[in-house]
Amino acid sequence: MILLETKGLTREYGGVVAVSNVDFQVNQGLITGLIGPNGAGKTTLFNNMTGLDMPTKGKVFFNGHDITGKPAHRICRMGIARTFQNIRLFKELTVLENVMIGRHFKTGKSPFHGRFLNALDSYFRMSREDEQMYSSALKWLDFFEMGELCDELAKNLPYGHQRELEIARALATDPQLLFLDEPAAGMNPQETEHLMETIGKIRDLGITVVLIEHDMKLVMNICDSITVLNYGQKIAQGTPREIKHDPAVIEAYLGKEEE
Amino acid sequence: MLNFFLLIVIYTGIYALMAIGQNVITGYAGMLSLCQAGFFAIGSYATAILSTTYGWSFWATLPVAALLSALFGVLIGLPTLRLKGDYLAIATLGFAEIVRNVLNNWDSLTRGPMGIQKIPMPSIFGFVINPYKKTGFLVMTIIFVLIAYFLFQRLARSRMGRALEAIREDEIAAESMGINTTKYKVWAFAIGASVAGVAGSLQAVFSLSVTPGTYTFMVSIMVLCMVVLGGMGNFKAVILGAFIIQLISYFPQLVGLSSMIPPQFKQILFGLILVVMMIWRPQGLLGREVRDYSRLTGEKGSVFRKKAKQAVSSTQGGER
Ligand SMILES: Nc1ncnc2c1ncn2[C@@H]1O[C@H](COP(=O)(O)OP(=O)(O)OP(=O)(O)O)[C@@H](O)[C@H]1O
Ligand SMILES: [Mg+2]
Repeated sequence: MILLETKGLTREYGGVVAVSNVDFQVNQGLITGLIGPNGAGKTTLFNNMTGLDMPTKGKVFFNGHDITGKPAHRICRMGIARTFQNIRLFKELTVLENVMIGRHFKTGKSPFHGRFLNALDSYFRMSREDEQMYSSALKWLDFFEMGELCDELAKNLPYGHQRELEIARALATDPQLLFLDEPAAGMNPQETEHLMETIGKIRDLGITVVLIEHDMKLVMNICDSITVLNYGQKIAQGTPREIKHDPAVIEAYLGKEEE
Repeated sequence: MLNFFLLIVIYTGIYALMAIGQNVITGYAGMLSLCQAGFFAIGSYATAILSTTYGWSFWATLPVAALLSALFGVLIGLPTLRLKGDYLAIATLGFAEIVRNVLNNWDSLTRGPMGIQKIPMPSIFGFVINPYKKTGFLVMTIIFVLIAYFLFQRLARSRMGRALEAIREDEIAAESMGINTTKYKVWAFAIGASVAGVAGSLQAVFSLSVTPGTYTFMVSIMVLCMVVLGGMGNFKAVILGAFIIQLISYFPQLVGLSSMIPPQFKQILFGLILVVMMIWRPQGLLGREVRDYSRLTGEKGSVFRKKAKQAVSSTQGGER
């Protein structure tokens, strides 16, 4: 079943066509890889699917609903979470708080919740709310074996943990679909190995994963399906085996053989 | 002498209210706004006009001052949301100057540069709070500051405070985590403005007259100084900052040297404080307040920890 798809998605910046007429599909419950050389338009495609950027042309459908141009916070609330290529943690907040922010919209459903005048009577309710946020946040920190680090400031974490924390924060929003933009970038081989296992575990929880990655070993090992972009265009789509032997992909990565 | 010290403490209170508002906007939401003077003026004039022309009691004018300032906070917040850093500072500064110019020129309502005199003194249970006698007024001001402090402290510790901090740290990430950043930024402006409006009301019944000349750019700068000096994101600290800045500002009079030290000296000093603090101690004297989760994470919190552990083991079955 298709969980998310784009139809003819195009994004131009002035004269630069970053993404050109791309039909991208994500199947529910699987891990989809999005690969391509630097500047191929992978991050731009992510941004256009998560509401951080607005397509010039084309549409994005999630669960059959048109979500094109919806604000990012709405898209997140619908069940799409993401991480960023250049880590975007709340640096001066603690590890726990970072993940609690992911739980933010899950609490405070009553119309006056968390508002200013309500500050008076919410004395007791706030503690209850915090407890809820805390236990779900901790659940995801423990998932990444980071429970002990919860009072640490995010900026003080080692790099690998920062990447994992970003994933934990995204998972805290209870997504159906998780976008990971180069999660293994800057990780050493052991960390990458561990990340690979983690992504598998996330899929086993029933969460659909889309990942951009340059580490081919990782991509080929864990992806069920791969889409390849080059110069903004989709040049191939298929299983890892198919992609590995696709002439257009080989050409994009290795360059055309000169006769 | 004692009287003079009381005056300083009263002004500390009035400015502390403004600084508390600024702290929400700048310390929590991370927006560099320079228009507390504008909201201060709106609050003052609301009280002045309603209590002179319309004969309202001071207490009835208070909510109007707060709401009117909040409304203007939204009006300035909405169009400037896209602006960051220095651009926002310039736009908000412009807004405060517009307010002052309107007050200066709308003669039929504000009596222009002459301002409004003979504002009635507030009274409570038949007891008149006479600003000339200071003590009664001092008590009232302190009560106002305490109420504001507790309300805003609560706000900061609630999920809204956390959301504002997330926006300050990384707006794009906050938006992507499901936080309606637009809504929260406008709220921050409205709330920060409303308490400055209340400060304005106090100012009006303290000086018993209002003139546009009181609400200059220097007021906004002083308030910003208080927040930066005390510590952004810490309400206790900004009250301390308010006291230190007022002390410095009245220092020449306090030591009887006002004939030797020109008033411009103050402005140089505030500029210097901003620069020195930014270089040597950007977190301010006290630094940011850290939220305490020990209730959850500490000894007692281990209960929640166990609950959460169970939750994760049951989740791994496949339920999300
Ligand atoms: N905001 C922008 N304004 C102008 N051009 C942009 C913008 N964002 C991206 N581009 C351009 O669009 C193209 C695609 O960029 P994008 O970041 O999507 O590539 P990518 O596939 O993620 O590359 P990488 O692997 O290096 O992350 C690049 O040529 C880039 O310069
Ligand atoms: Mg990229």
